Amino acid sequence: MSSAMPDAELLDAALHAALRTGGDFAEVFVEDRRNSRASFDDGRVEELVSGRLRGAGVRVRSGESIGFAHTTDLSAAGLTGAARDAAAAARAGGGQQAAASLSRSEAPRPNEVAVLPGAVAKADKVGLLGAAEEAARAEGAAVFQVACGYGDSRRRILVANSDGLLSGDEQVKTFFSVSVDAAGDGGKQSGRETVGHTVGFELFERVDVADLARTAARRALRKLEAVPAPSGTMPVVIGPGGGGVLFHEACGHGLEADHIHKDMSVFAGRIGERVASPMVTLVDDGTMPGEWGCYGIDDEGRPAQRNVLIADGVLVDYMWDRLRADRDGRDASSGNGRRQSYQHLPMVRMTNTFIGNGDSDPDDIVADTSRGVYVAHLGGGQVNTATGDFVFGMTEAYLIEDGRLTAPIREGNLIGNGPEALMAIDAVADDFAMGSPGTCGKDGQGVPVGDGTPTLRVQRLTVGGTAA
Amino acid sequence: MSIDDGTGEALAALGDRVVASARPGEQIEVVAVRSVETSVRTWNGEVESFASATVDGVGVRVVVDRRQGFAHAGSHEPSVVAETLAEARDNAAFGTPDEHLGVAVPDGVAAAELDLWRPELAAVAPERKIDLAMELERAVLAGDRRIRGVESADYTDSLSVGAVVTTSGIRSVDRDSGCCLSVFSLAADGAETQTGFGFSVGRSLDDLDVQRAAGDAVERAVRLLGARKPATMRTTVVFDPWVTAQFLGLVGATVSGEAAVTNRSLFAGRLGEQVASPLLSLTDDPTDPAAFGAGPCDGEGLATRRNELIEEGVMRRFLHNSYTARRSGAASTGSAVRGYASVPGVGAMALAAVPGDRSPAEVIGAVADGVVVQEVSGLHSGVNLVSGDFSTGAEGLRIRGGELAEPVREFTVASTLQRMLLDVVALGNDLTWLPMTAAGVTLAVADVTVSGE
Repeated sequence: MSSAMPDAELLDAALHAALRTGGDFAEVFVEDRRNSRASFDDGRVEELVSGRLRGAGVRVRSGESIGFAHTTDLSAAGLTGAARDAAAAARAGGGQQAAASLSRSEAPRPNEVAVLPGAVAKADKVGLLGAAEEAARAEGAAVFQVACGYGDSRRRILVANSDGLLSGDEQVKTFFSVSVDAAGDGGKQSGRETVGHTVGFELFERVDVADLARTAARRALRKLEAVPAPSGTMPVVIGPGGGGVLFHEACGHGLEADHIHKDMSVFAGRIGERVASPMVTLVDDGTMPGEWGCYGIDDEGRPAQRNVLIADGVLVDYMWDRLRADRDGRDASSGNGRRQSYQHLPMVRMTNTFIGNGDSDPDDIVADTSRGVYVAHLGGGQVNTATGDFVFGMTEAYLIEDGRLTAPIREGNLIGNGPEALMAIDAVADDFAMGSPGTCGKDGQGVPVGDGTPTLRVQRLTVGGTAA
Repeated sequence: MSIDDGTGEALAALGDRVVASARPGEQIEVVAVRSVETSVRTWNGEVESFASATVDGVGVRVVVDRRQGFAHAGSHEPSVVAETLAEARDNAAFGTPDEHLGVAVPDGVAAAELDLWRPELAAVAPERKIDLAMELERAVLAGDRRIRGVESADYTDSLSVGAVVTTSGIRSVDRDSGCCLSVFSLAADGAETQTGFGFSVGRSLDDLDVQRAAGDAVERAVRLLGARKPATMRTTVVFDPWVTAQFLGLVGATVSGEAAVTNRSLFAGRLGEQVASPLLSLTDDPTDPAAFGAGPCDGEGLATRRNELIEEGVMRRFLHNSYTARRSGAASTGSAVRGYASVPGVGAMALAAVPGDRSPAEVIGAVADGVVVQEVSGLHSGVNLVSGDFSTGAEGLRIRGGELAEPVREFTVASTLQRMLLDVVALGNDLTWLPMTAAGVTLAVADVTVSGE
């Protein structure tokens, strides 16, 4: 199968076809993605899998309406056919914009990729799996099952639009996960650890998969002694790296301009207001080199940006894609227009979302908490942007009693309300770390995102356990 | 855009060509799919987006020398299919040998004749689809003065055809059509906002009910206005059908043969034992055409069949694909599930609890003090299928003296899956198929922890 991307002449013809019957804006997004993954479970390499996805999506905006079509056929006929379908879908409601001639712009490169996935022998990828399994099993006889996964992807994109933009990017990601199950007198427990970066196979020069495996195994083993999580509202301390998920859910989604535009967010109309503790400065940064949510250009061709959303507790900006930026008369998007693949329309999405260091000592924060919960590792979360209510899971957590970490607790969710939780942050430490690689789901599309925080405390969150 | 003649013959022929190229000692399985999809989103009386597309996919699994390799691609172009086969062959060299690996073998079970295909859906004019979405938005806005808007009103449809062809002689084809109207609603009272949703699904437009979808969206949002965080308590919860279907989906995952052979299932080694209340009987029956997940064939091309999983609380069966069946010394239950981009897993497709004989109002009426849960969040982050720990965010209504009382939000419901199955105290008579792998029914579970203030 060909690996060639369409040339400027083809893209130009498609854009003209897209606007032939009217319209305000047209765009062609081309994607060629190869990925591989290898899975190990139950003492054996299950299989190595290779995948390929290649095609183009064409978007036409006419007034307030978007028409969209996509194709796997990247020939002149395929692209202009998709362009005509998209134009018909936009119903040619209005607009007589002509396509400007394309001019190529260079995408920034957030970081170099040393070893492309295609240049690595398959045996070397598979070889990591056995090493991880061995390390996990060595942690204790209670370990009864180990599953690990290796994954890589190389995604080449090309964006051309009727403003004359022509830009491309190559995004390489590498991922590894270990899940460990252990059995004890009180039943079974599991632990997981993952690493993922926007880099090539050189990731494993600095990450030892055996370390990941040991971390996952210890998580599972510790939980064999776990007591039921408490119930009710109490202080919650979140360890370094972990709190990013809290911000992603408690306010990140609510700061996406599509939710704002539809008045679907508790943060709509609140620019310039105090929305969080003054200890909170929240940044979404698609330029962080090598992080899971970074890229050169977004899926609308706009270079990734570093956007400060909350400064010292005051809301200063939202995140934008092209469509929402246009509607609100902004010069450009904030570089947050992303899509799962060429088969999807872009939307406002986060990249790497984090808050920076405060000045507390993390040990002091725990010592200063008489009763509560310490969350060392979080699972995913979910938010209702219109009400602000959000949940996130705790996959490794401990009771805090008299200022000390005591018993490990069983898994569960925490629930809170975004605006209330942001105001209730009363301590931020100086031990910033990025968290685990995440996949953020919105409207059926998943995209890779990163997050990070130092240790912090929320004065009041509701812990969803079963103990009194 | 075409979907061939809808018979899937072109897809099966693609599979035939690949399978014919098998080398001696090589088993090959090809899964090929094509779907034609439309999605319309309206908001504020305008079309926000209209997308239509044909989506193709092919997956090739090769088993040779007891090792397995797999590759997939989003195209049926002959050169792409050839490259996919070559990759799968190459990948097979890296798997660990396992005598139980292999493609499925025909087992003589005839595929059910299911009428899931409405070709007239392909001929519906785009304007009609747009009108339906707009009609839904208007109906929600007109439903109650406290409705202040919708997030969007959506119409989606698809016509899908798939084929599985293997060197062992399987050559299955299935096809189905579906359409869905859905809406997210916003209700407001002063500065307070609450949300709800409604939907209607079917095989063709005749099945869609705009008023019902709108009515649900209005009621679900409006009745939460004024909701407060409840006190922390141990109590009885009544799941509405939407929540029960999600709960049963989790239960279905615990009876997967994959979980059983890796000793991860909560019920491993417990066949024949009482694992649930005698009130609970659970089946998975993809041959029921009313089920959203109905289909004549599983992901390996074997006929689907009705499987009793829990009978009056007694664990009767795990679900199996051909691999987990061989490992367990059992027969496949026709429960291989997959997309074209993955090897077959194991899962339920059409779970349903045998309904009770009381109406939802009667189930609630028998609860002196409790909570009706109408929506849950964070099931993916708060439920562990290995330990059984269950904790979910929730919103709903208090029950006081058998009557619905004030709305409540921002609380969690927690127990363990093992306890909850044993603590089922009532099922309603309101079995409803929902767009997921399980049917909904009103379900009361005693002795769970509601965590709030």
